Amino acid sequence: MSISWFKYSSPATFYGLAGTLAPWFAWSAGILAVIGLYIGFFVAPTDFQQGEAYRVIFIHVPAAWMSMFIYLVMAFWSAVGLAWNTRLSFMMARALAPTGAIFAFLSLWTGALWGKPMWGAWWVWDARLTSALILFFLYVGIMALWSAIDDRRRGDKAGALLILVGAINVPIIYFSVKWWNTLHQGASITPSGTSMDQIMLWGMLIMAIAAWLYTIAAALIRVRSIILESERQTEWVANILEHK
Amino acid sequence: MDWASWDEFWAMGGYGLYVWGSYGVFMLAILIEIILLRRGQKETLKRLKRLKTWETQ
Repeated sequence: MSISWFKYSSPATFYGLAGTLAPWFAWSAGILAVIGLYIGFFVAPTDFQQGEAYRVIFIHVPAAWMSMFIYLVMAFWSAVGLAWNTRLSFMMARALAPTGAIFAFLSLWTGALWGKPMWGAWWVWDARLTSALILFFLYVGIMALWSAIDDRRRGDKAGALLILVGAINVPIIYFSVKWWNTLHQGASITPSGTSMDQIMLWGMLIMAIAAWLYTIAAALIRVRSIILESERQTEWVANILEHK
Repeated sequence: MDWASWDEFWAMGGYGLYVWGSYGVFMLAILIEIILLRRGQKETLKRLKRLKTWETQ
């Protein structure tokens, strides 16, 4: 192995790497979002059951997927951080949380505006909606916990524990439409195939990839600030501050 | 193409309020995050610089 992966786990190296990579992720996210929205509004046909209202799917599903996926990634970094005490892992969890919270909120918001014309209600307390709401509260709670604890290391550990305990909620959200009788429709995509029209599916997948790339860009930009804050006593940060 | 005119496009088959209400808030949220991200980076640098000048004084 010629690449030393440990090199990139040092905050000083990762700071530069993140700065180089972020614009690439941001631009490809933007380009894919334009393509996805074009397919969503101008190529995909009208749904035979839901009319034009179904077009919310192109943002609702990516937002909901990302809200769950970001949480799992945060849980992964938290576990790594707790096991090996790697500072950068905790920083990644901190960098991801705001974007996860935004997507969790957007999945609820777009879901409410889709639910109203289709079900006749903005909100129902079914298992899928309730567990998705809990996910949003978890994000908010984790961020509140971090900002309440001044000591960085203690905050990191407390936050990581809360993230790991809350991770049980993610499979509950995912399987809720299967386990309980929910008003929310079942999964459109399962390992055995899809119940969607091909072009609708493509629009949705492209939007999901755009959301993924956007999340990576946002997390990389945010982690740079977090790295600077926590490494501000070091020489390399002092160097950056002098030359900026 | 499904749309005979822009009016028809904006009407979204009578679901305009719901579709555009979703997309509007979605775009707004992402836009706000992008602005905060850009500002956050600059402000961190500024704040740390200030801190440093205090500490070295």
